[in-house]
Amino acid sequence: MKRGMNERVQKLRQQSLTTKPRISMERAVLVTQAYKKYAGKVSIPVLRALTFKYLCENKTICINDGELIVGERGPAPQATPTYPELCCHTLEDLKIMDEREKISFKVDEESEKIQEKVIIPYWKGKSIRDLIFDQMTQEWKDCYEAGIFTEFMEQRAPGHTVEDGKIYKKGFLDFKKEIEKEIEKLDFINDPEAYDKQEQLKAMAISCDAIIRFAERHAEKAEEMAKNETNPVRKKELEEIAKVCRYVPAHAPRNFREALQMYWFVHLSVITELNTWDSFCPGKLDQHLYPFYKKGLEDGTLTRDKAKELLECFWVKFNNQPAPPKVGITLEESGTYTDFCNINIGGIKPDGSDGVNDVSYLLLEIIEDMRILQPSTNVQISRKNPDEFIIKAAEVIREGMGFPSVFNTDAVVEELLRQGKSLEDARCGGTSGCVEVGCFGKEAYILTGYFNLVKVLEITLHNGIDPRTGKKIGIETGDPTKFNSLDELLGAFKKQLHHFIEIKVRGNNVIERIYAKYMPATFMSIIIDDCIKKAKDYNAGGARYNSRYIQAVGIGSITDCLSAIQYHVFDKKNLSFEKLMEILNANFEGYEKERLLLLNKTPKYGNDDDYADNIMIKVFNIAHDEINDRSTVNGGKYRIEMLPTTCHVYFGAVCGATPDGRKAGVPLSEGISPVQGADKNGPTAVIKSASKMDHLKTGGTLLNQKFTPKILEGREGLEKMKDLIRAYFKLDGHHIQFNVVNADTLRDAQKNPEKYNNLIVRVAGYSDYFNNLNKNLQDEIIERTEHQRF
Amino acid sequence: MTQGIIFNIQKYSIHDGPGIRTTVFLKGCPLECWWCHNPESQKVKQQFIFWHNKCIGCMDCEKVCPERAISFNKNGFYNDKSKCKFCEKCAEICPSGALELVGKKSSLDDVIKEVEKDRVFYEQSGGGVTFSGGEPLVQIDFLDSLLCASKQKGLHTAVDTSGYTSWGNIERIKDKVDLFLYDIKHMDDEKHKIYTGVSNQLILENLKKLALDGKKIWVRVPIIPSINDDDLNIQRTCEYISSLNLRDVFILPYHNIAVDKYKRLNMGYRISDIQVPKDELMKKIADIFKGYGFNVKIGG
Repeated sequence: MKRGMNERVQKLRQQSLTTKPRISMERAVLVTQAYKKYAGKVSIPVLRALTFKYLCENKTICINDGELIVGERGPAPQATPTYPELCCHTLEDLKIMDEREKISFKVDEESEKIQEKVIIPYWKGKSIRDLIFDQMTQEWKDCYEAGIFTEFMEQRAPGHTVEDGKIYKKGFLDFKKEIEKEIEKLDFINDPEAYDKQEQLKAMAISCDAIIRFAERHAEKAEEMAKNETNPVRKKELEEIAKVCRYVPAHAPRNFREALQMYWFVHLSVITELNTWDSFCPGKLDQHLYPFYKKGLEDGTLTRDKAKELLECFWVKFNNQPAPPKVGITLEESGTYTDFCNINIGGIKPDGSDGVNDVSYLLLEIIEDMRILQPSTNVQISRKNPDEFIIKAAEVIREGMGFPSVFNTDAVVEELLRQGKSLEDARCGGTSGCVEVGCFGKEAYILTGYFNLVKVLEITLHNGIDPRTGKKIGIETGDPTKFNSLDELLGAFKKQLHHFIEIKVRGNNVIERIYAKYMPATFMSIIIDDCIKKAKDYNAGGARYNSRYIQAVGIGSITDCLSAIQYHVFDKKNLSFEKLMEILNANFEGYEKERLLLLNKTPKYGNDDDYADNIMIKVFNIAHDEINDRSTVNGGKYRIEMLPTTCHVYFGAVCGATPDGRKAGVPLSEGISPVQGADKNGPTAVIKSASKMDHLKTGGTLLNQKFTPKILEGREGLEKMKDLIRAYFKLDGHHIQFNVVNADTLRDAQKNPEKYNNLIVRVAGYSDYFNNLNKNLQDEIIERTEHQRF
Repeated sequence: MTQGIIFNIQKYSIHDGPGIRTTVFLKGCPLECWWCHNPESQKVKQQFIFWHNKCIGCMDCEKVCPERAISFNKNGFYNDKSKCKFCEKCAEICPSGALELVGKKSSLDDVIKEVEKDRVFYEQSGGGVTFSGGEPLVQIDFLDSLLCASKQKGLHTAVDTSGYTSWGNIERIKDKVDLFLYDIKHMDDEKHKIYTGVSNQLILENLKKLALDGKKIWVRVPIIPSINDDDLNIQRTCEYISSLNLRDVFILPYHNIAVDKYKRLNMGYRISDIQVPKDELMKKIADIFKGYGFNVKIGG
């Protein structure tokens, strides 16, 4: 039975939705003060820890009216801090943030003044961003500007990790004890790293103090508010808040409410310490909460309704924290307020058994009730999970918000095992961000940047030259018009790819060390195994497992391009290679007939047609073999990932006309989905094509499907959706997500945005308000083939 | 028979039998129902569909035709049927897809290979293959071969039929068919003749024999407002089905999405004034069926 949100939750939700994101200078100012106070006097890890502690001791404490779970990253909901130690914004940046049409942040005059007088004078030339760009080679910069790849760490810190449940069993006093024990064990006589380890451990201990103090200040604030509160009900609530904050996070939580508050303080700490990518994530929330839920119901201290209210208050907290403001290419690749906390529901337990419990169903109900952007949610589907769980999830998906997305837990486990994780660690893992696999609580699995496959093909077709700029940024792999087969072309492509991946990896290796040396994450390191045991920071390879990803974009587009060349140039000889190049260089102007021929009469990926799909397999394998298993400088391995966020739009903008009939500047295909509109045989054909890629060799793939609401009507519609999902997962598909909305509705929304303020759609690995997307992305989503059958 | 004329293979068919299915549409039908939403299926022979709005006037079709059967006049594309040998070259070359050939000569192997591609979905959902049309029994030899091959592959088979065929034909295939989707369009023979072009006697007799034989049958009744939706016809339909001890009935609301197809095929559409039935009407009719104890579903 659906009950909907109660009045308290409605109010909190409304406040979260209607408050405009704005820039808060508080963090920047405090960080600057802390650096002025400590920099040069202490080791880097200790400096970072003291800075974090300074923030916890001095930032404004905010307890919003009516809320039960407390704590904000900024001084108020939607007040978003900046991280000048990573990226020191120019005044021009602030102006753009304030004025841009999409994903804007209000910047008031006062903030601008602070930036000019306090922040810029201290940080200019000293931020990580400055350091990175200073260290990158000219060829790296050329590639970066050409749109060959993007760089994740130029404005935001690595993160990409997830909580695994340990914070429900240990408090930060316990963690501190563990850390102190490790300090005692240090062997300064025989271990040349003893000093470094000591500094790291000291810093982690300081970070434990910091989060405890942060919570205490909330308790103090709540007590003070309670004193002045005239409403007796609220007074009692505030006293309860104070009690909770005095207990967690110093100690392990004892009940459902403390568990939620515990997580929330940890979450805030991670995203206050640094602006980690994908913020942070509670991972398998249903499994972590279930023991508290069960105990509460049994001893009468909790009801289902109360649990739901607390969870909904918890949900609002995520939505109050938009992703930190991005600029430039980082904004292009990830143009959204969403910060990619992606809660896992269902799946399996560490012993491999069915992990679905009552809280799983409760969470699905909450997603449907809340209809807010953050947190993102997904269901983890194992063959061991009941069909009913998928049906319930499908019911929520049918509502059309793009939540939850759907993952194949069995494939996730296999992917992790293939990467060398232990069985238990693999089963404790899941997916986060968009679609990335990781061992929760034990792995740093860091995305390093998107990689433009189509651009590399374009440069191959121009023998090393980027036709957009005329610059030679590739290597000479031969005049393609002299090639006699597709394999020859693929051989040249492979060489170009190798050239560009090496440039990317060279850059990554420098950036990885910059973070390891100058930007340790001493708080986050406490909760990721085995940073304490190894006395090594998360950013320096302290985690048990370390993976770095390069995310390949445009597999659908490049497949269709190569298929068009194979079909029309080599097989049917409808066009000579010279003619094709002439047509592409003219961006099809004067060649509409040829464009239509390439567009309409080419076997394309997404139709279960081996002609095209075999080319996809070849390209995927080339990219995989180039990236996979390369070593990283902090002791990890490289893997390939097949997801785009919003980067397929940016990457399309830098690519000229392509042999699949796509005009210059048009978005590329996203994830492993077919080119928008190229799939003409329905969803089963798409699934078959997509599953010809060996997903188990990746760290995640992303498949988007659009359905009209009509096709999902009734129990039968849901059953069919479930069967599609099950079948895809039988074929080792990694992930599938659904947009359930009519193209007509989207077109109307484009024309009348004011009517559709609440229209949430699936983008790529996350959902967003349709109105928040730029026009290109809106068009692209409308273009995605809509599956409907009578 | 190892070759036939197929005009479509529809993946993810979810309204032509249980589960996720692939529907193979065989060309040719002895009926000419006024509301037919696949008018391109009526003739066995291949046909051209021409989309005026898509044509860019490149004339490549004319140039490529070895029989010189294609020309353009003031109405656009013209195909001289006396010359055309349906070599398919023109449709293949047409860059915009303005020229479409309806009906493809397909081998048994090609069709079965295509059908088998979605096996994983059939097995997951309890689906299979459905042979539809046109009237699939028009190409009885090819249909029989398709059914044999499907059963050999262990697929669940359904045949969507008008029932207008000799009992001998049905007898020949019935043991290879797991489910018949069987249309009853009108109980009044005169009206049946007017609106479909043929008598309903054979159809009703065949249905009776098939039911007596114990075959699994889903009866499908299209609801065409003002043609067959009157209470009397609905009741007579119910009584007939009831007398055969059949249980599963699908009532399919008329839809007019085919209007444009008629234009592209240069065919007249005789019921352009008829509106799509309202939900209330469908519910009311469903209730009448339910009154007779049937499992009734609206749509598919």
